[in-house]
Parts: sequence; C-alpha cells; structure tokens
Amino acid sequence: MNSLFTPLSWSDSGLILTGVWNTVIISVVAIVVGTILGLIVGFARSESNKVVNAVFGSLLDVLRSVPLIIQLILFSTFMGAAGSPLAPFVAGSIVLSLYTMAFMAEVFRGGFESVSPSMQTAARSLGMTKWQTIYHIRLPIGLRAVFPSWLGVSLSVIKDSALVSVIGYMELLRTSEQLISRTQQPLEILIGVGIFYFIISYPLSYYGRYVERKMAI
Amino acid sequence: MISVQNVHKSFGDLEVLKGVSLDVQKGEVVSVIGGSGSGKSTLLYCINAIETINSGKILVDDVDVHAKSTNKDKLRQKLGMVFQQWNSFPHMTVLENAALAPRIVKKMSKEEAMEIAKKELEHVGLGDKLDVYPTKMSGGQQQRLAIARALAMKPDYMLLDEVTSALDPELVGEVLDTLRLLAEEGMTMICVTHEMGFARDVSDRVAYFHQGVIAEIGEARQVITDPQNPLTQKFLSKVR
Repeated sequence: MNSLFTPLSWSDSGLILTGVWNTVIISVVAIVVGTILGLIVGFARSESNKVVNAVFGSLLDVLRSVPLIIQLILFSTFMGAAGSPLAPFVAGSIVLSLYTMAFMAEVFRGGFESVSPSMQTAARSLGMTKWQTIYHIRLPIGLRAVFPSWLGVSLSVIKDSALVSVIGYMELLRTSEQLISRTQQPLEILIGVGIFYFIISYPLSYYGRYVERKMAI
Repeated sequence: MISVQNVHKSFGDLEVLKGVSLDVQKGEVVSVIGGSGSGKSTLLYCINAIETINSGKILVDDVDVHAKSTNKDKLRQKLGMVFQQWNSFPHMTVLENAALAPRIVKKMSKEEAMEIAKKELEHVGLGDKLDVYPTKMSGGQQQRLAIARALAMKPDYMLLDEVTSALDPELVGEVLDTLRLLAEEGMTMICVTHEMGFARDVSDRVAYFHQGVIAEIGEARQVITDPQNPLTQKFLSKVR
C-alpha cells in the first residue's frame, strides 16, 4: 500500500517554489490593478456623481458581498460556456483584481472624503486650479489617511489568492494539496505553506509600518 | 480697486446679500462688522468668486469677477484670502506650505518659491519654524502661516474672514499684530471681524452689516465710537 505514496523530498522544492512564485505574481497583479481601478472608482464616487454612484455602488456591493470562491467558479465556468475559456491565471487575475478593486474603491473614497472642503477652498483661494488642488492636496492627504486600510486590504488579497486554486491555478495552496495527496504528510506541508504565506506577507506589513512612521504627521 | 455694485446673493430661498455696494481703494483697510448670518463673510466669498452672485457686479481692478470669460484662478492670485479655519496643509512643512502656490501656480523655480516663502514667513514671525509640520504648531502660529501663505502669492488685496474667531483668546493678539503690520505697510485689506478694537484702530473705514445690507459705513473711529444708525448702536452695545 505504502508504495502508492512517496514521501516529501528535496526534489519537491521546485514545485513549492513555483507555487510561491505564482501566489506572489497573482497577488501583485491583483493589488496593483485593484489599487489603480480602486483609486479611479473611489475618486469618482467621492465626487458624488450620481450616475457613477448608482452604477458602481451596486456593482461594488455585489463584488464585496458574494464570496470570492463563488465569483471565481462562476466567472471561469461562464467564460468556458461562452466559448472563450480563459487560462486559470487570466481568469483568476481578473476576478481577484475586481474583487480587490471593490474594497480599495471604498477605502479610497473614504480617504478623499476625509479631506475637508474648506481645505480645498483654501487651496483654490491661492489660485490653484481644480486639478492642482486634487493632485497636491486631496490626493496626498487622502492617501495618507487610508494607508493603513490599504495595507490591510493588500494583505488579505495575498491570503485570498489561495482561493484561485479552485479554478486550477497552481499557486501555493494547490501545489501543497498535490503534495499532500501524494505524500500523505499534511501536517508538515501545511505548516510549511503557512510559513511561506507569512514570508510573502511580512515584508509588505513591515514596509507598511515603516512608511506609516515616515508619514506620521 | 475693488468695486462691489448692488450685489444680491441667495442660498436657496434665503437672500443673504440684498443689494450691497462697497468701493475699496488701493491701500485702504476696511473692516466689516455685524452679527452672524448678516452676510459679511458671504461678501468676501463672492469677491473671491468662491461663491457666485445672483445679480449686480463685482469689479477687481476693472475685471468683472463673475463674468464667464474671467479666468477665476488667475484672478484669485491677486486676492489673498485667509479663513476662520487656518487650513494648513498637514502633509507639508511650514516652508512647503507657503512655497506650494508660488511654485505650481506662478510656475516659479523651487529655489525662487522657497526664497519668497521664507521671506514671508519671517515677515509674520515664523522664521524659526520653516521645517516644522504645521500640526505641531499653535492655532495662532498656523493662522500666521495662512497669512504668509497668502502673501507669498504677492496679492494686491487681502480678504480676511474672521481670522481670529477660532483662536484661543491668548493667541488672538499675535495674529492681530501681524495684520496691523500689513496695514502699516499699505496692504489693501477687507477684514470681516468681531474685534472692535482692531476695527477701530487699524482700519480706515468700518462697514456695519445688518440682514444683508450695509446699514452704516464711515470713518472707523466714528462708526465704532459714535455710530449714527440705531441698529449699529444696538449691535455695538451688545458686543462691548
């Protein structure tokens, strides 16, 4: 019976590192794309444009309320059924990025709205144009205010990326699942994977604290 | 010259300015006094085109402030404004606060903008605070920063909207001293204020606002010490 299983060996490290790399890549894509889109949507929402708010408001609500795992399966299945199946990485990146965007948009909206209108009036009274005021006053003050929340969302994206395994993306969790079914050593492998997630997340968290200290005003 | 001609301004159904006319000559200091809600702050906002007007006309150096063709950003460079709340930019040092507008609005080089900002900050007595962040300073110091920040744009006029109202009483003096200095240097100013002593001693003329109209205007000492209009008399007897 035992011959069905082969124990964990050094030759598996290549597989694990591929998983680590894939987790890092999809997380970075989701955080970068989610941040950029979130900035745009969050700004538009803070400008209280009624049309934008109605459209994006409900879209954001859906993206934030439906579990990510369901979104991944539905999107991936839908694209397949629609005749243009996407590679797991592509489908996963799209869903995870939009999911991230939904959280980032609300974070940034809160930041922009925290900059008082009188501060902006003061800037305008110095002769600054609307866009100069946005760029030099509203953006930097608003972003500083929400940096800790941005960091929190980013860290959870790294962990949420584990769910992309359900549509077949070979990230860290899925590689570990494969190893577990082959080696039957779940304890060792899951501890190792946990450590890898920590190693991926910790630099971001550490760097975040450093940035927060530098920005402390 | 700033020329306000029969200006009407409403917020919804509420008419705040009901036909206000006021000419302020170059070099003149005019204080505007009156109860809250009398429209005095709104007048400043209209002069600076922060608020629109419903009818009438406001000319600044013969430029129609509210004409569609007027570049309001350009116009505001002439009109320095300081508010009740100092609105320091919290993410910049004191020096950067004052140098920002000269650099990005007037497109000065960084060095040039810093030089002018430094000079104005020394002018208001903040020469030793250049690299401090404004949130570390008192309200009085931040308000003087707001004055220096406006002055760094080399405005021809200063509009001051109750600049000492939000300050702790012991900090009012330092800000009024700064304004007094500006008046002595010949800066043209319109000061909306509750400081009657300041209005009497520093300004050339005082205008008393009552329910959206100027009820009385005249030489400063006369209006404060010997008001002619019963409304002015009543107001002054209450604030003293």
